[in-house]
Amino acid sequence: MLVAGVPAGAQDMRLNMTRGATELSRQVFDLHMTIFYICVAIALVVFGLMFWSIVRHRKARGAVPAQFHGSLKVEILWTAIPVLILVAMAVPATRTLIAMEDTSASELTVLVTGSQWKWHYKYLDYPIEFYSVLATPRAQIANEADKTPDYLRAVDKPLVLPSGKKVRFLLTADDVIHSWWVPDFAIKKDAVPGFINETWARIDKPGLYYGKCAELCGRDHGFMPVAVEVKTPADFEAWAAQQVAAAEQAKAEAESAGPMSMDEQMALGRQVYERACVACHQAGGEGLPGVFPALKGSAIATGEPAAHLHIVLFGKTGTAMQAFGKQLGVKELAAVITYERNAWGNAKGDQVQPADIAAAIAKGE
Amino acid sequence: MSTQVTGTLDAHGAAGRPRDHDHKPRGLARWLFSTNHKDIGTLYLLFSLAMLFTGGSLAMVIRAELFQPGLQFVDPHFFNQMTTVHGLVMVFGAVMPAFVGLANWMIPLMIGAPDMALPRINNWSFWILPCAFAILLSTLFMEGGAPAAGWTFYAPLSTKYSGDSTAFFVLAVHLMGVSSIMGAINVIVTIWNMRAPGMGWMKLPLFVWTWLITAFLLIAVMPVLAGVVTMVLTDKYFGTSFFDAAGGGDPVMFQHIFWFFGHPEVYIMILPAFGIVSTIIPTFARKPLFGYESMVIATASIAFLSFIVWGHHMFTTGMPVVAELFFMYATMLIAVPTGVKVFNWVATMWRGSMTFEVPMMFSLAFIVLFTIGGFSGLMLAIIPADFQYQDTYFVVAHFHYVLVTGAVFGIIAAVYYWIPKWTGVMYDERLAQVHFWCSLVSVNMLFFPMHFVGLAGMPRRIPDYALQFADLNAFMSIGGFLFGLSQLLFLWGVVRCMRGIGDKATDRVWEGAQGLEWEVPSPAPYHTFDTPPVVK
Repeated sequence: MLVAGVPAGAQDMRLNMTRGATELSRQVFDLHMTIFYICVAIALVVFGLMFWSIVRHRKARGAVPAQFHGSLKVEILWTAIPVLILVAMAVPATRTLIAMEDTSASELTVLVTGSQWKWHYKYLDYPIEFYSVLATPRAQIANEADKTPDYLRAVDKPLVLPSGKKVRFLLTADDVIHSWWVPDFAIKKDAVPGFINETWARIDKPGLYYGKCAELCGRDHGFMPVAVEVKTPADFEAWAAQQVAAAEQAKAEAESAGPMSMDEQMALGRQVYERACVACHQAGGEGLPGVFPALKGSAIATGEPAAHLHIVLFGKTGTAMQAFGKQLGVKELAAVITYERNAWGNAKGDQVQPADIAAAIAKGE
Repeated sequence: MSTQVTGTLDAHGAAGRPRDHDHKPRGLARWLFSTNHKDIGTLYLLFSLAMLFTGGSLAMVIRAELFQPGLQFVDPHFFNQMTTVHGLVMVFGAVMPAFVGLANWMIPLMIGAPDMALPRINNWSFWILPCAFAILLSTLFMEGGAPAAGWTFYAPLSTKYSGDSTAFFVLAVHLMGVSSIMGAINVIVTIWNMRAPGMGWMKLPLFVWTWLITAFLLIAVMPVLAGVVTMVLTDKYFGTSFFDAAGGGDPVMFQHIFWFFGHPEVYIMILPAFGIVSTIIPTFARKPLFGYESMVIATASIAFLSFIVWGHHMFTTGMPVVAELFFMYATMLIAVPTGVKVFNWVATMWRGSMTFEVPMMFSLAFIVLFTIGGFSGLMLAIIPADFQYQDTYFVVAHFHYVLVTGAVFGIIAAVYYWIPKWTGVMYDERLAQVHFWCSLVSVNMLFFPMHFVGLAGMPRRIPDYALQFADLNAFMSIGGFLFGLSQLLFLWGVVRCMRGIGDKATDRVWEGAQGLEWEVPSPAPYHTFDTPPVVK
């Protein structure tokens, strides 16, 4: 992704929390540093006394042990002083927390939905929604290609937001619990299936901000990045208009999609497979025994096309198999199903065409 | 606190010299059927040592995979099994049984009792453990592998989306819970009823006090764990929906129940270590413990607070602000009694006459490094900052400072401190000092940089990471391998003592040692205190 304004120091080895790109993230950073310095000060005093004692009060120096074993005054003192320090810490922490939890008067709302191992973004104020998945090629992860600087951080389509506006995020999940985390916004909020959480950010300036899924969500938890591209409000509006137009054009194309050739389907199908299916079913279609079923030689992938179509389009409830009918275009779906029926020695020789997919979707589950 | 013992100790010459009529069975039967607190203590400690190396091996796999970016050795699904089983083995197999082993050996000796109150339950509670871990570890070799949802097994990842190892895992956790509850009941009954005449509550050694409070925590929360794993089982196999919103349940309720167990659990793993350090510091400072009463009160306060802070593990789940504030304030409050303990230890050293044998070295390292873990704990309590720390390596650093350089260092200190009493020979001081310094350096290479990568944004429980974290991860992995290797020195030192190699230990062993356990010979005979001593 060639975007200007990569966050300062993103590639450097950073050792501390980011100051971030919002007023609240800076408050969080200041809070973090304040508490850290207080801890360092306490540590210097306590460990200082301890090491002084270790050096001076050792038998090797002929120290004779005193026999005192208590002092009410001292003990009350070192109970009371920490209480006062804690109150001093709690006041700014409470103030910042209350501000962070106030999602009122937002200007834009995005519904963020986590699912095994991708994010879905839906703009409630625009007819725009899309999935966002890891863009790092599998070859880089398997050490078969050089790793690019955005390794495990880049996504195919980042979330796009306007700068300077109060954006409210609604978070939920389709399967297990995920957690949407962008350090530069000081936002980390769990996406819980069946429930909706909310949080917000007002981002100072345009740029590209990276994040991660922060809650263990299964095999590819480590491969579920977040990327947010922040544009000026004018650029954002232009982007939104373009997205709406592009979506309409894609829809029209899909409706009028003619038959595809076998070669065309195998090439596109392989691309789609490596993006959407490979995490569970593996590169050779062999699956992970006992965890994810194999496609190679499987009853569904080598049986009647209708059943194959059905499971890909509508998923299988109670398992990690998602409904891909709403995630992929008709051409992509047709291609990937054809690919699965003809790759790794499955060699059914049959083809599923975009028109079949459109018909199946129209028919419904 | 000081205990004085009168001459009744030697009434029958019983505790005075080793006896030749021990009536112990020979061979395997001695260990299988033993009802002797010393034999069972030894079994617990050896089991814990075996689990320490098992869990450590899994950690080596984790550190090997994280040595470089990219996937080198293991599949991410197997990596998740490693982090999960590492956590379960270390918590339930290494740390908790080690403390039960120490309790078995030392509590009767410290309170002048002939044995634990319920010796058959004692045998049973130990022998359940190897069965439980055989079940858990066997899943590593099954199709689909071991549990992979983390040691915290959050639903629905552990229910709808888990493999069939879940059933084995649930059964294993049930057995561990049964074992812990029986062990805890035994400790409470023993301390309550079998103290030597004259040993009032405020004369109890602190190790006994901390274990008593720990045992109450165990009885209170292990049934909660049993409840939550059962709900996981029925959600997965019997169609219930405790944690499934589609059936009217709530995935976050799992976390509330789990952490209601989980937070007292972390104190279960540290309170006995407080007791150990409170025993060792006065011995090598040759000066009575400062603030005995406040130590007891602080321990009880920490135990109470542990029941009302579970929400601090869940700040990102979307709690109401009022609940968040309650959990933040309650959590911060824990710093007060914990601080009192640290101040008391420093005050005990102050104007003492210190020597630095290895139990003292590990205890001093405990104070400094546990306190660092306490500081990061305080930082984690500050909710706005916790949003940045939660589920990152900063948290991993925090709980390894309190659990490894806290609980495990405490256990190692205890072993060096009491092993002359157990085996009758002194450990090799030079070897032990090498073990200490290697451990101290490597453990900090391993865990200290985790603070930095966590703050810089590296999540926990990932098998691969962005390039900016590469250098520190390589460094941490080297620290991890060195720390693992260093523990072989510990193993060597322990085996030497068990084989009787080393200088003969005196009965008192340490110049500044106080307490009834030093009144019996070294090694402690098979039966001690058949006639209770009188404590004045």
